[in-house]
Amino acid sequence: MEVSLNFSGGAELLFGKIKQHTISLPAEETWSMKKLLNWIKDNLLKERPELFLQGDMVRPGILVLVNNADWELVGQLDYLLQNKDEIVFISTLHGG
Amino acid sequence: MSNTEEQKEIAHLRSLLKDKEDEIARLKLLIGTAGLPEIDKEDPSGRTPTAARHGHLTKDEVSRYSRQLILPQVGVEGQKQLANSSVLILGAGGLGCPAAIYLAAAGVGHVGVVDYDVVEVSNLHRQIMHREASVGVSKAASLAQAVRSLNSRVRVTVHDVQLDGSNAMDMVSGYDVALDCSDNPATRYLINDACVLAGRPLISGSALRWEGQLTVYNYRDGPCYRCLYPTPPNPQFVTNCSDGGVIGAVPGLIGTLQAMETIKLLLAEVKPDTSNHCRIGPSFSGRLLVFDGESAMFRTVSLRPKQLDCAVCASPQTRTINRVQDVDYALFCGRGPHDKDEGLRILKGEDRVTASEFRNVVQQSLEMERRPYLLIDVRPHLETSICSLPDSVNVPFENLEERVDELKELVNRHLARKDAGQSPLSVYVVCRRGNNSQLAVERMRTLLPADWPVVIKDIVGGLQAWAEQVDPLFPIY
Repeated sequence: MEVSLNFSGGAELLFGKIKQHTISLPAEETWSMKKLLNWIKDNLLKERPELFLQGDMVRPGILVLVNNADWELVGQLDYLLQNKDEIVFISTLHGG
Repeated sequence: MSNTEEQKEIAHLRSLLKDKEDEIARLKLLIGTAGLPEIDKEDPSGRTPTAARHGHLTKDEVSRYSRQLILPQVGVEGQKQLANSSVLILGAGGLGCPAAIYLAAAGVGHVGVVDYDVVEVSNLHRQIMHREASVGVSKAASLAQAVRSLNSRVRVTVHDVQLDGSNAMDMVSGYDVALDCSDNPATRYLINDACVLAGRPLISGSALRWEGQLTVYNYRDGPCYRCLYPTPPNPQFVTNCSDGGVIGAVPGLIGTLQAMETIKLLLAEVKPDTSNHCRIGPSFSGRLLVFDGESAMFRTVSLRPKQLDCAVCASPQTRTINRVQDVDYALFCGRGPHDKDEGLRILKGEDRVTASEFRNVVQQSLEMERRPYLLIDVRPHLETSICSLPDSVNVPFENLEERVDELKELVNRHLARKDAGQSPLSVYVVCRRGNNSQLAVERMRTLLPADWPVVIKDIVGGLQAWAEQVDPLFPIY
């Protein structure tokens, strides 16, 4: 199963400054968002995981989008990934 | 007199004036002079209500706004609506400058500008309505001046104050719509709460580096800032434009889009005209625009609905915030409403030297004709090409761990040069402002073997302090 990950608003700084990642996950398993976050922590995070995760959740100030919709609209941690899904992590900006 | 009292007084006088002018218009109609040129005369200061507010557009107004007037979504009713509207610009910076100027250009009747800060030379690359001559002048006054010189019909109110719990409600309530053009989380939560409690929609923009974000909060049944972000981010993850950098055109674009959304929101209030079915309204309520200038990508995403358990926009029975005066926003966010750096204090005094003390160290080494210390500059490599102290070695803070072997080798080389029996080697760490240097000292102490005869200190206030205390010609950025 192929999933696209996008990090922006500064969240990419935790991932080697690379905004766009395409990952392959074993399709025979089911992948919830909760499981994906753990996978990201184990496989992609370059720096201290607490900058990205707080417990099981994404830390405050990062919006998570599933196919351009707030993940709150699709079940948050329980959402089950589909092939070709696009998951976006946006760190909220405060500057002006 | 307080601002509120002034506003009340002004509103009263305006209504008196309107009555008088209505009476004059009625009398002129009676004596048959209606339509003569003097009716169109206006006070060039813009302090008196424009004719648009009386129910018709003057010849000048028709000419001035002609290019938008002929759009079916605007028309005469829309133009009158704009003239009768008031907007509050919270922050006269990179977002507030274009937002205020486009709204004034479009003929919004009353623009309020809030900013406690003064114009700095480092603002000019993005805060485009300020001028070189305005450096040191109130930002709110400087932007107000730009607005007046563009469109003298617009009434401008300068709020040269720090927005806080004591004044936010009065300020926000005095206008139809608010624009969040601020630069820090504490102010953003305050603005949101005041808008929710005062029942005002909020057009929110933000920008950093190459990216910008835009959304509309608290519009009809849409979510508010707290619905999306019930918990504030840890201040260590909050980057401002001063630290993170920003391309000026990004807030330029987002501020312009804030003006666009505001105009659409104001036009949505126009009573439907049976002959004109072109209804319009804001596009970003419940949606977020994410712009990445680096890849030229615009993304629009759907946001969650208004949250029933939101601390501020839930029902009065459920909400926990009833008055902004009761909330300590600086405490809530872990940092106050300033984008300026508030220096970290991690190291003890004896682990630090001031810039002047370090100057003495350099002076002594020059007299001795040898350098018995090591100076490590922990800024990102890119910044060392802007300016750096002589004989400093660059090992960026974020690379300390991965370059630990290089660091050890460097220290070792200096240790080898040192005479036996001499006091320990002094290692000084410097950065831009003296924050990362403290963290770097802590990290280096764990990275270097504990038995090495090394004393590591940082320079208080970093290169900025060096420029202020020692070398006035040294650049500050």
